Amino acid sequence: MLKDIASTLRPAFMMTALFALLLGLVYPLVLTGIGQALFPAQANGSLIRSGDRVIGSSLIGQAFTSDRYFHGRLSAAGKGYDPTASSGSNLGPASAALADRVRTDLATLRTSPDSPVPADLVTTSASGLDPHISPEAALFQAARVATARKLSLAEVAAQVAAHTQQPLFGVFGEPVINVLELNLALDSLPASGASSKR
Amino acid sequence: MTTFAGWLLIFGFTALVALLAKPFGLWLHAVYEGRRTVLHPVLGPLEHGFYRLSGVDPQREQGWRAYALHLLAFQVVTALFTYAVLRLQGVLPLNPRALPGLGADGAFNTAIAFVTNTNWQWYSGEAALSNLSQMLGLTIHNFLSAATGIAVAFALFRGFARTETRTVGNFWADLVRVTLYILLPACILYAVFLIASGVPQTLASTVDAATLEGARQTIVVGPVASQEAIKMLGTNGGGFFNANSAHPFENPSALTNLVQMLSIFVLGAGLTWCFGKAVGNTRQGWAVLAAMLALFLAGASIAYWQEAVGGPVLHHLGVAGANMEGKEVRFGIAASALFAAVTTAASCGAVNAMHDSFTALGGLVPLFNIQLGEIVIGGVGSGIYGFLLFALLAVFIAGLMVGRTPEYVGKKIEAREVKLAVLAIAVLPLCILGFTAIAAVLPAGLAGPLNKGPHGFSEILYAFTSATGNNGSAFAGLSAGTPFYNGLLGAAMWLGRFFVIVPVLAIAGSLAAKKHTPASAGSFPTTGPLWIALLIGTILLVGGLTFLPSLALGPVADHVTGLAGTTY
Repeated sequence: MLKDIASTLRPAFMMTALFALLLGLVYPLVLTGIGQALFPAQANGSLIRSGDRVIGSSLIGQAFTSDRYFHGRLSAAGKGYDPTASSGSNLGPASAALADRVRTDLATLRTSPDSPVPADLVTTSASGLDPHISPEAALFQAARVATARKLSLAEVAAQVAAHTQQPLFGVFGEPVINVLELNLALDSLPASGASSKR
Repeated sequence: MTTFAGWLLIFGFTALVALLAKPFGLWLHAVYEGRRTVLHPVLGPLEHGFYRLSGVDPQREQGWRAYALHLLAFQVVTALFTYAVLRLQGVLPLNPRALPGLGADGAFNTAIAFVTNTNWQWYSGEAALSNLSQMLGLTIHNFLSAATGIAVAFALFRGFARTETRTVGNFWADLVRVTLYILLPACILYAVFLIASGVPQTLASTVDAATLEGARQTIVVGPVASQEAIKMLGTNGGGFFNANSAHPFENPSALTNLVQMLSIFVLGAGLTWCFGKAVGNTRQGWAVLAAMLALFLAGASIAYWQEAVGGPVLHHLGVAGANMEGKEVRFGIAASALFAAVTTAASCGAVNAMHDSFTALGGLVPLFNIQLGEIVIGGVGSGIYGFLLFALLAVFIAGLMVGRTPEYVGKKIEAREVKLAVLAIAVLPLCILGFTAIAAVLPAGLAGPLNKGPHGFSEILYAFTSATGNNGSAFAGLSAGTPFYNGLLGAAMWLGRFFVIVPVLAIAGSLAAKKHTPASAGSFPTTGPLWIALLIGTILLVGGLTFLPSLALGPVADHVTGLAGTTY
């Protein structure tokens, strides 16, 4: 038995070393080379720049609080949209903490009893970094953004429509709006871009 | 409300899996037999270099004991290697953020989690691990644990296919061939697709951004795509980031989401075809796949229906419709519920939505899927060998009913095989219910749950179910990064993996020694609808009888009290 075990040791150690080299170093490094050569924008995180300054990533949501901007979803990532701490709330279906949180947010968001608040605006995303909202959630905020930017509701709604991505082949995925990209588009509109608070 | 598009996604996905079973089965079967493939001119020299340097003769066949011994020695050595990498993280390179090494209990838990194909993660990847730890410490296990699972399945196939021999193959040859000719080339193509779709692949660690409103945001990047590809294809499920496949950098779009779900299932589905081919009748493989897909569709449909209906707590507050807590907008309800069913039917454990925030019955589906043994397609290798244990049990029951010695694919199934199968299956309830019971009474265990009431119990039950089943998903509110949970969950993962693998290899050895028994008029046919129904019945009966009481205390109580408007 001891001899049997001893005979396993050389292959066990050598295979570990060889596979560590191949799968732990060569494989990811070769792919890093391929990615950086063929798809540098995506491989480095789909970053959005303004001049030489990084504003964010088109795939990572940001916290928005100003009335001039569309707001994303609630975030449980750190203090909100913190990519070093991606997380959902993990509150269960019968959680009192969840009920309290939603009740508070509804009181802030609801403008009239007849306009239901879209579910994605009062729920946290799974990652805490969700870059998207639903078209309903965008239209729900359109009047506020239009007032703050002194634009017509139609102009803002047109931007929302222009930034709505439809599902792939009509089946895969949901209609979504990238909040950061929509807000960047609003900032670049001639009437309001100059007065942006940056 | 469920939608037509949602049902189309679920049924279309299932049809795609059935379509991919044969092409992937053919590929797997070529490697099972050790045939030359188109990849041999490139990778053949590498394969032989591995054998030469390791002193392995790939032609030398092993009996089941030697196969198991070499397999276990390899697992122990690779586990120690990763333990060392994680402990020494602070002094190793590729760590620009100067993250410290993990503690002893944490490194122990993580090393076992990745060796056993569980990939349970008590830590948050973006906060705790350097790029080197992710690549060298973890990515290698995503390959090797997957290849080990397929190797065990191959050994079992040989047990059925061979007659009157003592050997079941060579572990090293199976391990190297599966890794080099299947996993590595597939992952290279897959990772390039992921990078093109937006998954980062860089040695940088963080990017500082100044947001539109002027706040500072530290964006974590890294070699994500290379790990993501094998994480899915090898049914590992350990994410680069805490949020796993819900993180936009791991799973940026609806298209990547679809491909990720398919990639969890393709090798497992392919192995059913490979099994049929190996035992000389592909209809045997199709029967297995049909039983699996029927169970899968039932679970996915219930999860989708429940999540689309939504939970009573939010409904009472006037938030109508589906349950979006813990879900991403780009996936929506259908693709989130489907992903949850896929990842737990297989032993993957990647998540694109937070299972903890599912509705009570929507969250019961992933839990029950794991408790059934992750044999609905299942983990790569572990799914088919786990399923075949239930097939042995089913022919045994059928044999009792008609009073004949049971046979399955040309082998008489006798007391020894049935005892070993029951031994392997018994690990699930022993570890899941036993460890849950311990954690549910000790203060160190009760300190874990985030949620109160029945859902807190569900969090504990899910953790030990996930660990024993080698799944790795979680009701993630549980604070599991404590010595108590790290130790106990580590034990559950080890037992759940190797106390199944060793009996399976023993069955392989026992079957290989038997004569071939040709089917006669009195044989119970194991290809038709009657057989498929018997299989499903056996699986549900064992799983149901064993776990229903625990489910009643958790999700079912959660559901019933929720309907009455109770919150905790």
